[in-house]
Amino acid sequence: MTSIAKPPVRHPALEPNALGLTRRDYEGAMSTLCAGCGHDSVTAALVQTCHELDVEPHRVAKLSGIGCSSKTTAYFLKEAHGFNSVHGRMPAVATGVSAANRELAIVGVSGDGDSLSIGLGQLCHAIRRNVRMLYVLENNGVYGLTKGQFSASADVGSKAKKGEANRQKPIDPVLLALTLGATFVARSFSGDKTQLVPILKAGLRHQGFAFIDVISPCVTFNDHEGSTKSYASTRERHRELAPVDFIPLRREIQASYDPGGAMTVPMHDGSLVRFRKLAEDYDPTDRDAAYAHVKRHQEQGEVVTGLLYLEDDADDMHALNQTVAAPLYDLPYEQLCPGSAALTELMREFE
Amino acid sequence: MRGARVARLFPESPSSNGRHDDGGRVNDFAFKVGTVNGTGSASANSLLLQSIFRMGIPVCGKNVFPSNIQGLPTWYEIRVSRDGWTARTPDFDLIVAMNPATHERDIAEVRSGGWLLHDSSWPLDAALLRDDVTFIGIPLGRMCVEAFSGGRERTLMKNIAYAGALAALLDIDLEVVKESIRAEFAKKPKLIDSNFRALHLGYDYAREHFACPLPIRLERMDATRGHVLLDGNTAAALGCLYAGATVGAWYPITPATSLMDAFGRFCARYRVDAETGERRYCIVQAEDELAAAGVVIGAGWAGARAFTPTAGPGISLMGEFIGLAYYTEIPAVFFDVQRTGPSTGMPTRTQQGDLLSVAYASHGDTKHVALFPSDPGECFRFAVEAFDLAERFQTPVFVVSDLDIGMNDWMIPALTWDDAYRPDRGEVVTAEQLAAMQRFSRYLDVDGDGVAARSLPGVHPRGAYFTRGSGHDKHAAYTEDADAYREVVDRLALKLATAAKAVPAPEIREREGAEMGIIALGGCHGAVLEAVERLAGEGIALDYMRIRAFPFDAPVEDFLRAHDRVFVVEQNRDGQLRSLLQLETGIAGDRLLSLRDYGGVPLSARAVVEGVMAQLAEVAA
Ligand SMILES: Cc1ncc(C[n+]2csc(CCOP(=O)(O)OP(=O)(O)O)c2C)c(N)n1
Ligand code: SF4
Repeated sequence: MTSIAKPPVRHPALEPNALGLTRRDYEGAMSTLCAGCGHDSVTAALVQTCHELDVEPHRVAKLSGIGCSSKTTAYFLKEAHGFNSVHGRMPAVATGVSAANRELAIVGVSGDGDSLSIGLGQLCHAIRRNVRMLYVLENNGVYGLTKGQFSASADVGSKAKKGEANRQKPIDPVLLALTLGATFVARSFSGDKTQLVPILKAGLRHQGFAFIDVISPCVTFNDHEGSTKSYASTRERHRELAPVDFIPLRREIQASYDPGGAMTVPMHDGSLVRFRKLAEDYDPTDRDAAYAHVKRHQEQGEVVTGLLYLEDDADDMHALNQTVAAPLYDLPYEQLCPGSAALTELMREFE
Repeated sequence: MRGARVARLFPESPSSNGRHDDGGRVNDFAFKVGTVNGTGSASANSLLLQSIFRMGIPVCGKNVFPSNIQGLPTWYEIRVSRDGWTARTPDFDLIVAMNPATHERDIAEVRSGGWLLHDSSWPLDAALLRDDVTFIGIPLGRMCVEAFSGGRERTLMKNIAYAGALAALLDIDLEVVKESIRAEFAKKPKLIDSNFRALHLGYDYAREHFACPLPIRLERMDATRGHVLLDGNTAAALGCLYAGATVGAWYPITPATSLMDAFGRFCARYRVDAETGERRYCIVQAEDELAAAGVVIGAGWAGARAFTPTAGPGISLMGEFIGLAYYTEIPAVFFDVQRTGPSTGMPTRTQQGDLLSVAYASHGDTKHVALFPSDPGECFRFAVEAFDLAERFQTPVFVVSDLDIGMNDWMIPALTWDDAYRPDRGEVVTAEQLAAMQRFSRYLDVDGDGVAARSLPGVHPRGAYFTRGSGHDKHAAYTEDADAYREVVDRLALKLATAAKAVPAPEIREREGAEMGIIALGGCHGAVLEAVERLAGEGIALDYMRIRAFPFDAPVEDFLRAHDRVFVVEQNRDGQLRSLLQLETGIAGDRLLSLRDYGGVPLSARAVVEGVMAQLAEVAA
């Protein structure tokens, strides 16, 4: 990532959103990732998401760990506060940010090494706490930044660039999230913006931990024949669960969907996700069915994408903690300090 | 350095007259109770401590307990000191030996001429008897079996019964003891009754069968007025509350756990909206110490006062995050309640083994502000100070106490609070200031003190910047440029130098004619203070400096330079404080005489006196 700013000229064709901001305003620093890296497509989808959702950039905290994927936070929303923390530990930092200021929209970006190896514990516990944030896992089955070691999501038989095959079973982040009780679980593909953007939108608006596993091929270390997370392989195998669209209440509801095959899922904040089933009986509110579905297709060598599971009325960390509505960082000191009289009184209990 | 900053925070120690007049010793002796962990002796022991305190007599209690829940030996040591000495003493006049497994050791430890109280329901091993010790056998077990039903009650009441016997033997005011019991069980009157009965079992038996009181005895005084019995972790928790900390994250670890427990209790009491039940705080029990540190750093970044209590193993795990907070300049408060290391060490024993690892925690060039409270009163004040320093200097700040300070009850002046206090939030740019700026540069030092202003997320678009633990320049942009990198880390060094002037100054006590010095910090203070007094009685005059913070400022170095020989007293094997002094001041090592005590029990004045004497003899030889 460089600090070379792009020229602030406004292209006349760029459409401003409700805040008068164009997509350009949602971009960040120049990417220094390899040309064609899946992560850059995710960045573009995040830019589009925030632009179309009229997100105020400075009300967003974007956090990441370490890895190529974790650099993503530098490449969008230059007017948001960014935090590139340490390897695998972004969820804890995000938890602290959320605890201090519940009014910020929190976007976490991580990699499969970051999330499933060194940071597996933190991911699990952020899910358990239902920290209100959008968590994007850019999954390429490989350690990009340290040049090509297998990550914990590498499939059995997947070959590293130098040829050796992975023999250990992968951790499937989506199955993991479902098992741990995540309240929003989705999977998508970096090359499929039409599906990814609505999912990101829904995730950003979700009132809890929104987990999105994005298959995001590494062109440098994991896009060769033999890799199961290459572009070619993913395109071939990925099975769209359902076309998804996110419809915020402030916008007109699009009617271009076939009403017969569609399902509308209301989000906690009032916005709606429209969800069209491929299989007649797919129900995104049934955790066990979601698990079974992913598992079944996985056994057939297929990647299921779409919004897999949604629970929109679960308590998030603040509800569980009964935290006041105002952000803690900003509470007046008078509301925090009991004062000298209380201390004097308290001291009597220790006499 | 004569006449340099001299802080006198503690009352001048009165003379030690009254010790060892053979007609008996009043309010000046030590005893301990040996029991089995998990038998409920803690409440009887604290009842004793509290009753003596409430008789107006200075007293301190030290719990020497095992790292398990049930079954292993545990001791409670009580020192009564009319002179107000707070250090542990290993010279026991009386031992209550309730644990057969430690009879041999307990009997051996009574001072010659002292007393041993045992449960005579079972015979003592005759081989252990000593001629120079008076054995007081009271059938505590048998009496309690007769008086109470149910195994648990009988066990519990045996403790109250020995407390009753001690009340008779030491002349503890029975009414004061009863008042404490009444207060303790105000809501359970039934328990008051059984406690009173147990108390009298021991009391009456002792009165009937032995000449009470013993020559070591108590007499009402008026020396505890305005004081409280408080442990350091509770005091530190109050400091967090009063400082306005709102986010606490932690992972349970002895001996730091009670700090967060207390914070939670105080918050539940003072920070919950009575009508809505809403909380003005958030406590996160993290999955490990790494996460706890991460939560604190995230919360500090977003503008909340946040802290984590931990111990050595936690500090080790937090290392990477500590370096991140240092380099990215995020306020965070860490309480390190030290315990015995290395590794798991002896988790329920005390030590000062983390001095070096805290001062330089994390990889790369790092240096941290650390405060060293020496009693619960300072745990409270330094906790507040830690938050102010952390925000003012935007850096991690450590409050380094230890198990002895943190978990034992100390007699200290009641805590007070100045309502005029307002948190020092440091340089935080407001939305208005940002709106008026051309460009906000996160790491730009405008006034030359090494501190740059920070902005908080969500406040204003112009305040946005990218926080990164990787190389960055003064605008917070990524860099691998040598000069830009150096500019930032040099400023960090300057910032720490500025902080050194803002941290609590050392407390220096000079003594007429002293040519040598003695240095200590933290929990060693009480013992060193007492030792210095005793050494003066032996004709050895020492100037004493108690270090209260790191990094060291000029007065610390001045003190070292003003004395040819300085004893450095500390509780670790390798002389970490001595190393730190040498590293940071460049003072010649041969001037620093190291006195180390690291077996895990609180330091005694005797150990210091003997250590000084031995070294002086060596130097002389
Ligand atoms: C404590 C620690 N150990 C190791 C590293 C080295 N490291 C940097 S990135 C990385 C792997 C990143 O992999 P992933 O999260 O999958 O992201 P990708 O680069 O593939 O996008 C590793 C091991 C580190 N930064 N910190
Ligand atoms: S190494 Fe792989 S993951 Fe990293 S930037 Fe290049 S393509 Fe992307």
